[in-house]
Amino acid sequence: MARANRGLTILTIVAAVGILLAAWLALVAAPDAAGLTRDETFAQRIIYFHVPSAWLSMLAFGVTMIGGIGYLITSQRGWDNVAVSSAEIGIAFTLAVMASGSVWAKPAWNVWWTWDPRLTTYTIVFLLYVSYFMLRSAMDDPARRARFASVYGIFAFLSVPITFFSIRLWRTIHPVLFDAKNFGLSSGMRPAFFFGLAAFTLLYVVLLLHRVRLEQTKEEVETLKDAILGA
Amino acid sequence: MNFWRSVMAIVWKDIRAELRTKDIFSSMFVFALLAVIVFNFAFELRVPDMKMVAPGIIWVAVSFAGTLGLNRAFVIEQDKGSLAGLLLAPVDRSAIYFGKMLGNLLFMLVVEAILLPLVMIFFNLTLLTWQHLLVLGLGTFGFAAVGTIFSAIAVNTRAREVLLPILLFPVLVPVLVAGVKMTGALLDGETFSSLSNWLRLTLVYDVVFTGVAYLTFGYVVEE
Repeated sequence: MARANRGLTILTIVAAVGILLAAWLALVAAPDAAGLTRDETFAQRIIYFHVPSAWLSMLAFGVTMIGGIGYLITSQRGWDNVAVSSAEIGIAFTLAVMASGSVWAKPAWNVWWTWDPRLTTYTIVFLLYVSYFMLRSAMDDPARRARFASVYGIFAFLSVPITFFSIRLWRTIHPVLFDAKNFGLSSGMRPAFFFGLAAFTLLYVVLLLHRVRLEQTKEEVETLKDAILGA
Repeated sequence: MNFWRSVMAIVWKDIRAELRTKDIFSSMFVFALLAVIVFNFAFELRVPDMKMVAPGIIWVAVSFAGTLGLNRAFVIEQDKGSLAGLLLAPVDRSAIYFGKMLGNLLFMLVVEAILLPLVMIFFNLTLLTWQHLLVLGLGTFGFAAVGTIFSAIAVNTRAREVLLPILLFPVLVPVLVAGVKMTGALLDGETFSSLSNWLRLTLVYDVVFTGVAYLTFGYVVEE
């Protein structure tokens, strides 16, 4: 069985420290945003978690697509392990994005939810990958499951930008609630922001490595079970 | 062109099978009609003008009926073992994809061709213009392009019919948004040129996903 190697242990510790440091930078060190009400000022700080989570979910689903392409070309189970592990992490971060976004939207827009292009796109992205896992769970044969999931992962990820664009176009006649960045980040906020981005990316890499290892172990257990029961 | 001859042979096979049984077409059409009538009851009392909801009704009815038809497309092939026959035939795997895809597209278009005049009569609208038909045709093309490959996937899973709409609809969102928007704009009397962004979006969708399906279909039917 593949034991956790030392490199991974160190990386895990670094990621944990990084996240703690990122939280300190975001919650304590970063200056308050100017010109907001009290509630908005507190809520504004979700940007240090919200944006990295959003970036990670997209990165994760992108990796799922690459894993799918890799599997279709090579038929190596390892690629599929990466794809499914990454998709799982992606879903978790998608939920984190939506939850943290709601926390901010309530003081800023006075609603928990609105059918803004980004929010709508994220809902559909979430559903896409829920479907991805429903597809996976509807098959027993691992090779077929990997093939189908790879194909679906490619379709799903490619549809995301088209969906975003279509919903953006759809909403142009409505009043725009906010534009891309209605508050630019002041120079004091940037260290916290970019450090957070880096720390979250490292967190993703560590989670992915652990998750892939889990998948490999699962596979080994299956093989052992077959060997024992088959004998 | 040998490739397109095999494609047409598969399309023709599906048409002939359909002409003899009329299974797929009749259920698709009746279901689309039922959807329109159900929507009529669901909206009529609350909506001042049916023109406001007609684009949504048309596209939802077409999507539901299309899903129903797509479900059958590969179930029949699978259950009668004809998919194995097709795979054994000395044709490119992508020819099978295009054959099935064009067959599905054709069935959907025929359903729409009969449904549209009925919607016109029910809701007192003008829908039979080339603009409306082009918009509907482009959207249906995207639907069939993605639907055909997902149908081939869904038929090989435990859940089968149940899974297809779950896989299909999240990916179809751009087509539905663009289709509803364009049909609505045309009904509101806007010029065709004002739709160029939407048309381009639908075209991009059609081209991208037909391309991806063409590249990946071989992996889906591989045994």
